[in-house]
Amino acid sequence: MSEARKPVIASVWLAGCSGCHMSLLDIDERLLTVLEKGSIAATPITDFKLGSFPQCDVGLVEGSVTNTDNIKFLEELRAKSTYLVSFGDCAGWGCVPFMRNFFPLQEVLEHGYIWSSSTVDGHIPDDEELPTFLDVVEPIRKFVKVDFHIPGCPPSADTIFYVVNELLEGRMPAGIPQPLLHFD
Amino acid sequence: MATKYIVEPVTRIEGHAKITCVVDDAGKVDHARFHVVEFRGFEKFCEGRHFSEMPTLTERICGICPVSHHLASAKAIDRLAGVQPTRTAALLRELMHMGQVAQSHALSFFHLSSPDLLLGPDSDPALRNVVGIVQAFPEVGLRAVKMRKWGQEVIAAIGGRKIHPNCAVPGGMAAGISKDVGRDLLAEAETHLATAMIGLDLLLGWVKKNPEVVARFAVFSSYYGGLVNPAGGLELYDGNFRISDPQGQPVVDQFDTQKYLDIIGERVESWTTLKFPYYKPAGYPDGAYRVGPLGRLNNISHIPTPRAQEQFEKYKAAGNEHGVVEGTLFYHYARLIEAIYAIERAQQILADDEVYGPDLMAPTTGQLNPRGVGVIEAPRGTLWHDYTIDENGALTNVNLIVSTGQNNPAMCKSVELVAQEFVDGSNVTEGMLNRLEMAIRAHDPCLSCSTHAIGQMPLLVELVDRHGTLLQRIERH
Ligand code: SF4
Repeated sequence: MSEARKPVIASVWLAGCSGCHMSLLDIDERLLTVLEKGSIAATPITDFKLGSFPQCDVGLVEGSVTNTDNIKFLEELRAKSTYLVSFGDCAGWGCVPFMRNFFPLQEVLEHGYIWSSSTVDGHIPDDEELPTFLDVVEPIRKFVKVDFHIPGCPPSADTIFYVVNELLEGRMPAGIPQPLLHFD
Repeated sequence: MATKYIVEPVTRIEGHAKITCVVDDAGKVDHARFHVVEFRGFEKFCEGRHFSEMPTLTERICGICPVSHHLASAKAIDRLAGVQPTRTAALLRELMHMGQVAQSHALSFFHLSSPDLLLGPDSDPALRNVVGIVQAFPEVGLRAVKMRKWGQEVIAAIGGRKIHPNCAVPGGMAAGISKDVGRDLLAEAETHLATAMIGLDLLLGWVKKNPEVVARFAVFSSYYGGLVNPAGGLELYDGNFRISDPQGQPVVDQFDTQKYLDIIGERVESWTTLKFPYYKPAGYPDGAYRVGPLGRLNNISHIPTPRAQEQFEKYKAAGNEHGVVEGTLFYHYARLIEAIYAIERAQQILADDEVYGPDLMAPTTGQLNPRGVGVIEAPRGTLWHDYTIDENGALTNVNLIVSTGQNNPAMCKSVELVAQEFVDGSNVTEGMLNRLEMAIRAHDPCLSCSTHAIGQMPLLVELVDRHGTLLQRIERH
């Protein structure tokens, strides 16, 4: 990362619950530190549009990959980021979204849109605007190179802050120090 | 040739979606659609698991309101185990829920929506976010961060962690709260109530300056739904169900939530992964009912805490001849009043000795009931968890209706109305498209929740012609 400009951070969420992003927000007042040291370019809480990701130094990914849209977002972020970080178990190895892998996709869809108790005259949504669902949910490393992983469901705010701060200081963390390695 | 605009992803909402807006040759909006595009399949993959896992499993539907899922699930499980939580446990759960409502409403108003209002819908997209708020209004920005933090701390004090707590068990809670911790939380509460009041002042100042926008911004009639207390007042943790008609008159009242399938159904549309719940006797789509802050405040007679009630009385003045508030932007107003209620209610509970009592759990017999429905008023509206089990306690059927789903018809309608009112198809600007997103944001949709079924939601606007050819894509840098 160059000395002359502030490092840029971007983040996306794929198939997750947004809990990892909420944990990122739980750094609370330290948000100001992050803003002093870097600039936030694209996150779900700022306005960005597909195809408009800026070049960035740190790209954070929450969530696993369940559909073709997820792949688009992921590949774009990878292409634009110097360091790509998976944060949270969904991005890292699947976590709860993986549980659908125990059932055929068709059955899961039918249950959701046809058989569920409150559904009346259901059918499976199939508009051209909708992405295609993958047969199995995958972690992000199946599609792109991941430079660093922060475990947890979600990782604690302190752990996320540690990693982001290291990267903003231009250091690739060797690992996460022991006291921070816990599922909050 | 008609043109289609796509806003993708819709940002500053909690989840993944896009909006398409089709404009005809004359530059008039033909139709606009709100697409939710993700799906995760919870209802299916929970099958076969033991019911006791559900509170920790289903909270992974949503990291913004995990407490809602945790508690709706706990209430369903209380039913399965045939046990009523002790008063201490019920107070602990409600307190935790109030912490969540405070943090979630703070996030929705200050972090996600206030940039549109305070900085303006046409302001620089790069700054139209919480960072821009912190820069332009540092005091408010910092207060908002602290208000959300307090709500999260209330949750952690009871559930051990801020996100995905693990504490509710059949008939009670696995752990309590100490008086010291309670005292600290109580000492801070008043500051955050003041923050909610500041938000209210900012919002009302904006409404006053922009009466014309407010009047033109997705004002429409609908049914309204939510839990109410025995006197018909606001209730977020427990209570029976009420649906009011477009004139604000209850058509179903003190309804037993266990029988919800008699009055609520869901329909599917092919262009979105989010279903469309409706009040069955009125049919689909007429029976669409709004939930969440605006839906709730149109559905109740009063708020049982003094300061929120005072604001509620003023709020009613924004209503039509029936006292019903129909404008979509008033969601923000209702949300801030609820934030005040949540903090006041938390103060009441923290001052109640019983919340610190030793009786955390009621005795269970070990007998199981075959089915249990757990319902709660999540920040975004009524949340339903319905479980059926076999004799071993393994789940054989799971049905979930999430808060945001019930607002899906309203979000679609709002996008349509705002597109017709504000989008000039011959000269589409980024600001116009942002107004479409504002219509969505007002509902504070939690698309993580709504896509529990299979979906996810970024938002994009594309201009496409009637034959589906993409003519223009609006993207922001
Ligand atoms: S890792 Fe956990 S907290 Fe993060 S997105 Fe997945 S389920 Fe949510």
